[in-house]
Amino acid sequence: MGVDLSNSGLISTSGQPLSTGTTLSAGMAGRSRVEGYNPDIHDKFFEQVSAELNEKGFLVAAADDVITWARTGSLMWMTFGLACCAVEMMQASMPRYDMERFGMAPRASPRQSDLMIVAGTLTNKMAPALRKVYDQMPDPRYVLSMGSCANGGGYYHYSYSVVRGCDRVVPVDVYVPGCPPSAEALLYGLLQLQKKIRRNGTIAR
Amino acid sequence: MSLDKLNNLAERARADFKDGVLDVTFAYGELTLMVERERIIEIMTKLKDGEYYRFHQLIDLTGVDYPKRDLRFDVVYHLLSLTQNLRIRVKVMTDEVVPVASLRDVYPNADWYEREAFDMYGILFANHPDLRRLLTDYGFEGHPLRKDFPMTGHVEVRYDEAQKRVVYEPVKLVQEFRKFDFMSPWEGASYVLPGDEKASS
Repeated sequence: MGVDLSNSGLISTSGQPLSTGTTLSAGMAGRSRVEGYNPDIHDKFFEQVSAELNEKGFLVAAADDVITWARTGSLMWMTFGLACCAVEMMQASMPRYDMERFGMAPRASPRQSDLMIVAGTLTNKMAPALRKVYDQMPDPRYVLSMGSCANGGGYYHYSYSVVRGCDRVVPVDVYVPGCPPSAEALLYGLLQLQKKIRRNGTIAR
Repeated sequence: MSLDKLNNLAERARADFKDGVLDVTFAYGELTLMVERERIIEIMTKLKDGEYYRFHQLIDLTGVDYPKRDLRFDVVYHLLSLTQNLRIRVKVMTDEVVPVASLRDVYPNADWYEREAFDMYGILFANHPDLRRLLTDYGFEGHPLRKDFPMTGHVEVRYDEAQKRVVYEPVKLVQEFRKFDFMSPWEGASYVLPGDEKASS
């Protein structure tokens, strides 16, 4: 520890700066070359928690903190792809953006999911089905409205067959704008949702 | 080259169907046959199985609404012949009450196409086995692709907290639909732009 961060280009595991041209050991190349990131330096908070755990063998925390932590870290999402936004939603769960590293796994059943991503145009014909799926989800449940169509009808706002915003049918926690929003935007929205859960998550019913 | 083939085909069709062919048009290198509504089954069967035609595929079947016309609807059939590498378009005219014979027994895939045309335009198809709505909402009223159907429709949905279900209500728009003029002054305007008075070319 105690490596000078200003020299954040190439740093070996021993903390000695490597001269360019040095062959790196397997697995090191990818990690050490990320600018401004040194895998040897850990978060202060994490160090403290780790030390405490080593010393005592247990941690003390408030129960609802632990529960909201668990909730934010395991947002199982209902795959509700309705239109082209669904492609970006799939993209967000693919290796490049990899939602799963935040503990978000797709579930095919509403009974097992905490989060519904309404990805795409919600039509009048689909609205009762969407509500039914939402009703089947166990509490606590969250809804993320993805894209212009789900947010407010978007391009189809004046159409005879489209719901002008999915918040007319289900309560929405986070709106992600875009047509369609990029996978990054969706991921950002999901992180905002995690923040929201962390801030006002409650175990009261 | 395909235009020659289409020309021959049009000649042939005129000879085969005589008065059945009301009109032949070429546009954008495509052949359109306007045919007699009563003879549509006979004509389509011939176009499908006839030695000279072999239009084995019904690519599309749809409607067009001309509200000013007496017979306001066109039913449009697009056919493809793989053996000849040719496509033609066949049209018949009808209105809200006169049914067109269903092509289901000639081309089986006409089944859902005709349901769609019925759904969107209210065109009736005689002897169709199951002429129900295909795309619109359950209990939908009206035919949305008719020119006299209001764009925003008649109903909208919302979840009712008291009834615990999704309910239908008459449409209430916060803001009316606005149609913007996207014409660029460089292309669209017919008047002289301010400052352009002296420009001659």
